[in-house]
Amino acid sequence: MADIERGSRPLSPHLSIYRPQMSSVMSIMHRLTGVALALAAILIVWWFAALATGPAYFDFVNGVMTSWLGLLVLTGLLWAFWYHFFNGIRHLRWDTGAGLGLGEAMRSGWAVIVLSVVMTIVTLVLAV
Amino acid sequence: MSHKSYLTDYKRVAGLGVAKSGVGHWTAQRVSAMALLPLTVLFLYTFIGALGGSYEDALATYQRPYPAVVALLLMLVMFRHLRLGLQVVIEDYVSDHKAQMRAQILNMLTWRTLAIVGIFAIAKIAFSA
Repeated sequence: MADIERGSRPLSPHLSIYRPQMSSVMSIMHRLTGVALALAAILIVWWFAALATGPAYFDFVNGVMTSWLGLLVLTGLLWAFWYHFFNGIRHLRWDTGAGLGLGEAMRSGWAVIVLSVVMTIVTLVLAV
Repeated sequence: MSHKSYLTDYKRVAGLGVAKSGVGHWTAQRVSAMALLPLTVLFLYTFIGALGGSYEDALATYQRPYPAVVALLLMLVMFRHLRLGLQVVIEDYVSDHKAQMRAQILNMLTWRTLAIVGIFAIAKIAFSA
């Protein structure tokens, strides 16, 4: 009867008892930005489908995407892209076994955060 | 990536592990990630110029071979990477078996369909020159 209390024990990974750490928050953010980028992919296909359809529908879709709300969403997705881009490089490096030390992982984490914001601003400046 | 193979000797001989797959997914996710590093940046370069512009300018941009080929490659690689990534997210968070199967089938169909729609649209634009 070792399993008698199985249902009432807390289940792994015990997320609720951990204080959020930079490594865990950045890992969750990598997932969240990845899921958010699905919306970016849908919007890109929508834009191309509109361009292939004709001028009237293109002007509608292009107008929606460059309205203030559209640009706000696209700016958010642009940051999500650059975050996922740089953090993805960080993950690819980890896959080789390099950069996994606590200090290194903290430094590369901060580099990802700074670079994602900087590149979002650079892209916006280039787009205007 | 290490020079060592991620496949065990047995799996290489038999072709299937206990889960029937696994390393293939892991490798495809990372290979597509590496391909997306240059592809997304090249795509962004032409897309931010065309977005918000006129219909004629957008059409002219993607009638050129280089932006069209980059956009086509993006459709292939981006949707593969997206499908593989969301597959794992669904595996992790959908615990009910029936809901899991439904979500996985939907995931398999949706992104492949959208990729084809994108490829069709870009090809139509590119060949309309």
